[in-house]
Order: sequence, then structure tokens, then C-alpha cells
Amino acid sequence: MSLRATRQRRQSIFRWVVVALIGLFFALPIFGMVEFTTRARGGGRTLDTWAKLFDLKVIDADYPELKTGILASAGLTLLTVVIMLFLLVPTMTWVRLRLPGLRRTVEFVCLLPLTIPAIVLVVGLAPVYAWVAYFLGESSLWLAFAYVVLVLPYAYRALDAGLSAIDVNTLAEAARSLGAGWPTVMWRVILPNVRTAVLSAAFLSVALVLGEFTIASLFSRDNLQVAINLLSKRDASLAIAAALAALILAFIVLVAMSFVGNGRRSHRQEES
Amino acid sequence: MAPIHLPISDTVAKPGPGNGVAVTLSELRRSYGAIHALDGLTLDIAPGEFVALLGPSGCGKTTALRVLAGLEDADSGRVEVGGKDITAVPTSARDMGMVFQAYSLFPHMTARQNVEFGLQLRRIPSARRRERVAEMLDLVELSDQADRYAHQMSGGQQQRVALARALAIEPQVLLLDEPLSALDAKVRVQLRDEIRRIQLEVGTTTLFVTHDQEEALAVADRVGVMRAGNLEQLASPHDLYARPATAFVANFVGLTNRLRATVEGDHASLLGTSVPLLPGSVQRGAAFVLVRPESIAVTADPTGRATVVTASFLGSTGSLHAVTESGETVQAQIDNDAVATFHPGDKVTLIPRPNPALAVAAD
Repeated sequence: MSLRATRQRRQSIFRWVVVALIGLFFALPIFGMVEFTTRARGGGRTLDTWAKLFDLKVIDADYPELKTGILASAGLTLLTVVIMLFLLVPTMTWVRLRLPGLRRTVEFVCLLPLTIPAIVLVVGLAPVYAWVAYFLGESSLWLAFAYVVLVLPYAYRALDAGLSAIDVNTLAEAARSLGAGWPTVMWRVILPNVRTAVLSAAFLSVALVLGEFTIASLFSRDNLQVAINLLSKRDASLAIAAALAALILAFIVLVAMSFVGNGRRSHRQEES
Repeated sequence: MAPIHLPISDTVAKPGPGNGVAVTLSELRRSYGAIHALDGLTLDIAPGEFVALLGPSGCGKTTALRVLAGLEDADSGRVEVGGKDITAVPTSARDMGMVFQAYSLFPHMTARQNVEFGLQLRRIPSARRRERVAEMLDLVELSDQADRYAHQMSGGQQQRVALARALAIEPQVLLLDEPLSALDAKVRVQLRDEIRRIQLEVGTTTLFVTHDQEEALAVADRVGVMRAGNLEQLASPHDLYARPATAFVANFVGLTNRLRATVEGDHASLLGTSVPLLPGSVQRGAAFVLVRPESIAVTADPTGRATVVTASFLGSTGSLHAVTESGETVQAQIDNDAVATFHPGDKVTLIPRPNPALAVAAD
């Protein structure tokens, strides 16, 4: 066997070892969760916990905090994504078009939350949320304002990559010269061309909001993670099953979104 | 989104021939900090006319076009189209078609959808829209590419679709911002001629910005040479080349020899010959006369007072560089067949032809 073939074989083995180790790193905790949630009293395996988790009547009657948490997280996810997109996409586009000198400043502001621990954020937000509660009520949904701050760095990076991939200035000017006003430029020209970036930003936001615990817990608001934490004090097996289900849901959302993002691209490639 | 009511086809007669309207830029000024991109630019374009703005980088030609398009605001001055002051009118309501230097087709739309975009904004009925898109794609000879996306077309095809898109809305003015500069030489010449053909066909008043003088001279009715935010000269391509008004224009457009001469009235004496002078020349004394290479005849002459430095074959023509006894370097255009007859060190006689030339004061 030649030296080159030997080296290639070694590299291939090394690659598979690395992949296997990473796979184990992710799979072991999941396997542990599955193992724990399928344990039967007195030994053996049972799917009772999972059956209970998907029995809406039981959840509604016996574990109302889980239902509240799921609904709150769903609402928070939606609201956070909507606010984030309405805030970031036009701002970032406008900065590129009209205020390029501000680009670094906007980037700095958007990336700043990365450097601030959640607990510090809570201390800073506490007085703000006193006013939010005074004006808008105690609903957990208003946590979305804090979550928008949390997701800013990730969403910014995703959208920035999308906007950098197109010539925003020329496309906007071409559309305007053809008679398009700014809303049309945004909706019909810019957004369709940064669709994948918008989806990426939305997904990152969904993943972050679904996994957020600290801020909701410290503000004594409901969300899925707070509900799972509460549940773990009453029924550890069900809490772990709920956590695993949330993980799988997030994975499905990721795959679905990547399919939506890639669908159009491959459709266009087929035509070419 | 508010509908835009701009006329298509059923327009009230626009002034001037064809679809053209008059364009007037008056005393336009635009500064970027200490740099004056436009410094009191005034330009009149007749209805249906094709005017090219030519000049070195940073002379303000693109700024002038962008101010006319409404993509930039002038610090002061006035923009009139068809007799109406549109200085404060937003870009989207100016009714101008524009083709950009960078490829500007919307990447998520096919060629057909790109051309249709402006018509949709104008709420043109779909049947009329389809008809118009077909007409436009036919005009740029890309009917067979209608369902292709930008990334499936060549640069030249993309610019032709961009031209069709700009013309589809029947703009009052067509603005071309160096649309050929990203294309390779052969496609550039083809598309340049096509642009002129289409412009003559539709009759739209056109402003074309370019830094390529050959392009400007080839297609425009009049060419404006810009320098430091203002027009140095606006004239027909022939007059611009043959009768430059200033030394800058003479140097910028085509090749020019700067030869020492003595001026007396409307004639100058150089290389032992008298040459008539253009208006605007200095009247008396020592001067430099700006002479085109093709205005200098070269003859082989062992007693000649110039020595050949190089003779180069350039395809359709030849070029000869010679040094005079006084040390001046002269470039002359010669027949391509004659190139082989001249060798470095050969003595030659240089005789300026009696074409009018510009004389500028000796420094």
C-alpha cells in the first residue's frame, strides 16, 4: 500500500473517531433521558411517562403549570421573532443604505448582550419591568422584550451574513427608480433575497427562547423551562420527558426551517 | 402601498419628438465634505437626445446622473424634466428608467418578472403587462431567456434585461450609469451599439455616464466632458474631438501631442509649418499647440530633423514615436502597412496637416 493511501486511510479513521466522539457527547445525555423516562417501578421498561405527557386531559388537570409554560413559551417565541424581525431587518437595511457610518455602532450594540450575563441583565431590567407590569400587566408574554435583547447578537449575525450576500444598495435603487416606495422595496425586493438569513435568525431566536430559564425564573414569570423546573419537584420522570420532547421539537423546527430555506434554492437550481 | 399613476402608452403627448422630453440641470451643486462633486453644473438635453457624460474618476458625472434620478439630493440648483421642476420629487415618482453599472436584476425574479416589476407597480392590467414584457424582451432580443434567473444569464444578457426593465415603464428619461463597464470588450461593443439602436427606436431622452471615451463618442448625439464638477465642453462627438475648447478636453479625448510653437494671430508655426488655430487659442507669442497624432504626416527622409524611436503595429493602424532636434517627443499615426518601413534611429520629416488645432499658453 502506498504511503499516500496509508495516510488517507489514517485520516479517514481519525475523522470517524472525531465524529463518533462528538456523537457520543450529544447522544449520551439523550440516551440517559430516554432511559430515565422509561424506567418502570420494580425494574423493566414502560412508556407510561410518555403516554402521560401526550395525554392532554391529564396534563390539563394534574400539571396545569406545564400547559401554561408551553403556551407561554409558544407565545413568547412568536412575539420575540416578530419583534426581532420588525426591529432588525429594516434597521440593518436602512443602516446599509443610508447610514453606513453607523454600521459598526449598530453591530456593537447588537453584540453587546453576549457579554452581559443574564443575571446582570435581570438586575438592569427589573426597574424597566416594574413599568412594563404597571402599563401592560403581569403577562409572561412581555418577557419578549427582554428576549429580543438576548437574541440580538445571534439574529444580527445571521441577518448581516444575508444582507452582505446581496447588493442591497443597487437593488433598492433599481426598485426605487422603477417606482417602488420603501415598503415595497423592503417587502418585494430585500426580504425575498434574505429569506434564508431571516429564517436562520428566526430559528436561532426560537431555540434561544425555548431554552431560556434564568430571566423568566428571576422575574417569576411562566415559560416552558420554568414549568419543567417546577415539574421536576413533583414528577422528575415527566419533567425529563418534557425536556426531551422540547429538544426534539426544536430539532424538528430546525430541520423544517432548513428545508424551507433550501427548497426554493434547489428548485431554482433544477431549472438552471 | 399607494398606487402610482404614471402614464403608459396612452400618454398625453409629451413635448418633443418620439417619447423624449427636455431635461435641464441648472446650477447644480453637491458637496461631500470638502469635495465639490458638482460645482454649479448646468446642462440642457433636448427631447429625444442621447447625451453622454465623460470624464475622469471623481469629476461628478455619476453624481449628476444620480441627482437627476433623485438618488442623491443636490445642495442647491434645479432639475427640470419636460419643463416641470422635479428637484423635490422622490425617485419613485420621477418616471425615469435606469441601468446601473453593477448587475441590478432582482435575483429572486426571472427576466420576465424583472421586466414586469415596474409595470405591476403602475397597476397596468395583466394582459397589457404581458404584452409589454414580450415587446421589451423582443426589443433586447432575449425572448428565449424570459424564464431565466439572473444567475443563469451572462453579464451582457443581464444588462440587456435591465435595459428592457428600464424601458418597459416608458420612462421620460433613460439613465445609463456605466452599464457596460463590467462586460468584456466584445460584448461591450455589441451592447453599446444595441443601446443606441434601441434608443433611436424608442426615442427616449437618454443620459449616459461613462469613463470610456470611445463608448461616448460612438453612441451619443452630444458628449459632455466633465472636470471638477462642471462641464468643460458639450459638443457633438466630431466637434469634441476635432475642435476641443480647452486643453483638458484635448488631452482627455483621444491622444494629443503638445508641441512648442509660435503664435501669430490665428495661425501657429510649428515643426516648420503653419497651422490654423481654433477659437479660444492664445493670440500671440510662445505657446503649446495640441495636435492629434493623425494630424501629423511622417515621411522617411535621411535629411529629416526627427529621429524614429519606435514604430508599432496596432492592428488597423500604426503608431510612430519620434524625437525632434529640439528634444520634443512626437506621436504620429501611420498606416499599418508602413510600420515595417520605419526603424529606430531612422531620420524622418514630420509635417503637421493643416487641421485647426488649439494653442495654449506656454507654462
